[in-house]
Amino acid sequence: MTDETDLKPPPRPWRWHIAVFLAPAVLVYTAVMIIPLFETLRLSFFNRADGQTFFVGIANYARLFGDPRWAASFWNALWNNAYFFLIHMVVQNPLGIALAALLSVSRLPGRAFYRSAIFLPTILSFVIVGFIWKLILSPLWGVTPSLLDLIGLRWLFAPYLGLETYALTTVALVSVWQWVGIPMMLIYAALLTIPEDLIEAAEIDGITGFSQFWRIKLPLILPTIGIVSILTFVGNFNAFDLVYSMQGAMGGPNGATDILGTFLYRTFFGFQLQGGDPHMGATIATVMFGIILVVISIYLFIIQRRMRRYEF
Amino acid sequence: MTNRTSRTLLISTAIAAMVAGAGTAGAQETTLVIESWRNDDLAIWRNEIIPAFEAQHPDIAVEFQPAAPTEYNAALNAKLDAGSAGDLITCRPFDQSLQLYDDGYLADLTDLPGMGNFSDVARTAWSTDDGSETFCVPMAAVLHGFIYNAEAFEEVGVEPPATEEEFFAVLDAFQEEGTYIPLVMGTIDQWEAATMGYQNIGPAYWGGEEGRTALIAGEQALTDEGWVEPLRVLARWSDYLGDGYQAQSYPDSQNLFTLGRGAIYPAGSWEISVFENQAIFEMGAFPPPTAPGSDTCHISDHPDIALGLNADSPNQEAGRTFLEWVASPEFAEIYANQLPGFFPLIDAEVEIDNPLAQEFASWRADCESTIRSTYQILSRGTPNLENETWAHTANVMNGVETPEEAAEALQQGLAEWYGPQQD
Repeated sequence: MTDETDLKPPPRPWRWHIAVFLAPAVLVYTAVMIIPLFETLRLSFFNRADGQTFFVGIANYARLFGDPRWAASFWNALWNNAYFFLIHMVVQNPLGIALAALLSVSRLPGRAFYRSAIFLPTILSFVIVGFIWKLILSPLWGVTPSLLDLIGLRWLFAPYLGLETYALTTVALVSVWQWVGIPMMLIYAALLTIPEDLIEAAEIDGITGFSQFWRIKLPLILPTIGIVSILTFVGNFNAFDLVYSMQGAMGGPNGATDILGTFLYRTFFGFQLQGGDPHMGATIATVMFGIILVVISIYLFIIQRRMRRYEF
Repeated sequence: MTNRTSRTLLISTAIAAMVAGAGTAGAQETTLVIESWRNDDLAIWRNEIIPAFEAQHPDIAVEFQPAAPTEYNAALNAKLDAGSAGDLITCRPFDQSLQLYDDGYLADLTDLPGMGNFSDVARTAWSTDDGSETFCVPMAAVLHGFIYNAEAFEEVGVEPPATEEEFFAVLDAFQEEGTYIPLVMGTIDQWEAATMGYQNIGPAYWGGEEGRTALIAGEQALTDEGWVEPLRVLARWSDYLGDGYQAQSYPDSQNLFTLGRGAIYPAGSWEISVFENQAIFEMGAFPPPTAPGSDTCHISDHPDIALGLNADSPNQEAGRTFLEWVASPEFAEIYANQLPGFFPLIDAEVEIDNPLAQEFASWRADCESTIRSTYQILSRGTPNLENETWAHTANVMNGVETPEEAAEALQQGLAEWYGPQQD
């Protein structure tokens, strides 16, 4: 009996070094992320009139959803955001997977070059990407009309960025062009971790080529695809810069490219003769935060928990 | 109240210190800092305007510290809140500055002797709604009109038009000839359509000041003929714009015109200096065409820029000295000639050397002047009439909305918050 008590480890001394090493990150993160987050929430419960700031409860939210004009702008921006995200899910991620699958083919000459070339746009600034594509697509100076002419498809050209029907799709595709390198890299890395013996076993069973991709590789990289999707979602619902640099703060033409980010910017900081309204701006920011939080929670609690990593 | 008392205390201490300093140390130098959005003008301020002032007032040094135009409002508000703004504040017209004055950031300048050099109209943009208090010294106005490629006009054999009918006849002539884009304008930036389109030709149809003040008083509505007709005319413009004008941006338009590919450019006078540096052909200008059945021409003579005094500045006395100089004909002459296209608002005669700017300025004598209809009072609420006008004018020119629908939408938006338009 006494032996057992002797075996118990002695009480650990308080490990103060953990607190010391965590402190800088905790302090900085609290100062630049957590406090502003709560401050934004607080701002959204106040309003300002006649030079006085007073507590209004959820009146700003009621205005955002209840006032027909605010609600129209909000739902328009939210719908545009959803569409923006949809384009990324339909074009960017499958493209990323396909490119990663191609790159992981073992006998591909110039693989390193393709990998870098496709990844390159992600390190460019939004402003540069927006500016370059505006020039490329310009009906006046752009190369698009003449290139299309070269292959006999001149009739396909339209001032894409200036027409309500095409503007948002065009901007979304430019964003896809810029970001496709990220899912490609992540999925490429995941494909590389698939053990060689698993592939060999598949080949012995006669599963090769496309069917090998669909039946062996794809299920194994599903968790990574999940992560990529959630990253895409967060990125898209926070998007602002590309639309702002290509289409301006009004999200023209006629609000066709107005997303939550530009709507927030216009409301918070003001635009032209319209003065800034920090309280309504904070309300929109809080709603955006809420949307992102809810979707991520759903993903974490319902989808991520069901996924199993394959153990080898 | 305590805030104001402490501010007064601070100011008086500062003045006392300054006087004491001047008494003991002789010419103690004060430095004034100017906040501005005109970063294009940096060289002109440093090399021309400030030296001219400093030559007369060796005890006051002036520094011009501009920000980018799009960031100016936000940056200035943040600086004023933090108490770190410069001594002199460049004022936007109407509500932006009025708001600053109401919040106590701008000093009252009504009793500045130089204010007597400006008419009531010139001061409107920087006065309280009843006109009793003025808080910025008016510096310049911008005019609207059309700049044309004189060589192209000669080639095609047309004269600058005076009436709406002649205007479209000239456009037709260019359309037929085919070498030049008849009218250079794009709609993607939206404000071009509203500012250089609607506000440019509009006054001829709504009768200038008369229509504008009637709209503010609630006696006219945006759905009245005078306000819808200019939208119809703009819809007709679309046929004469370049290919893909829906995606043509403001810099695109400027380049297109200065490269000599277009015939007529709906312009703001601030473009004069830009164009003269770039265009290699001869240019001329004509005022907005008169409306059918009228022979009076109307121009938009819009107050654009003024200079105010930071109420918290410790250098009140020096600031007022500088503003007194800004209100003088001497400053007006330097400014107007250094920045052709920015026209003085002062009541004195000012010589302008630039021929194109002279042409613009000459319309003030022959035409009736007004200001942009959306700027005073009407853009205070939500939705904001100015931004709405941008969107709907561009819609009309893009053909996605009829002029009547656009007018209806604008009127509805205005009536939502503006009392006088509500019955």
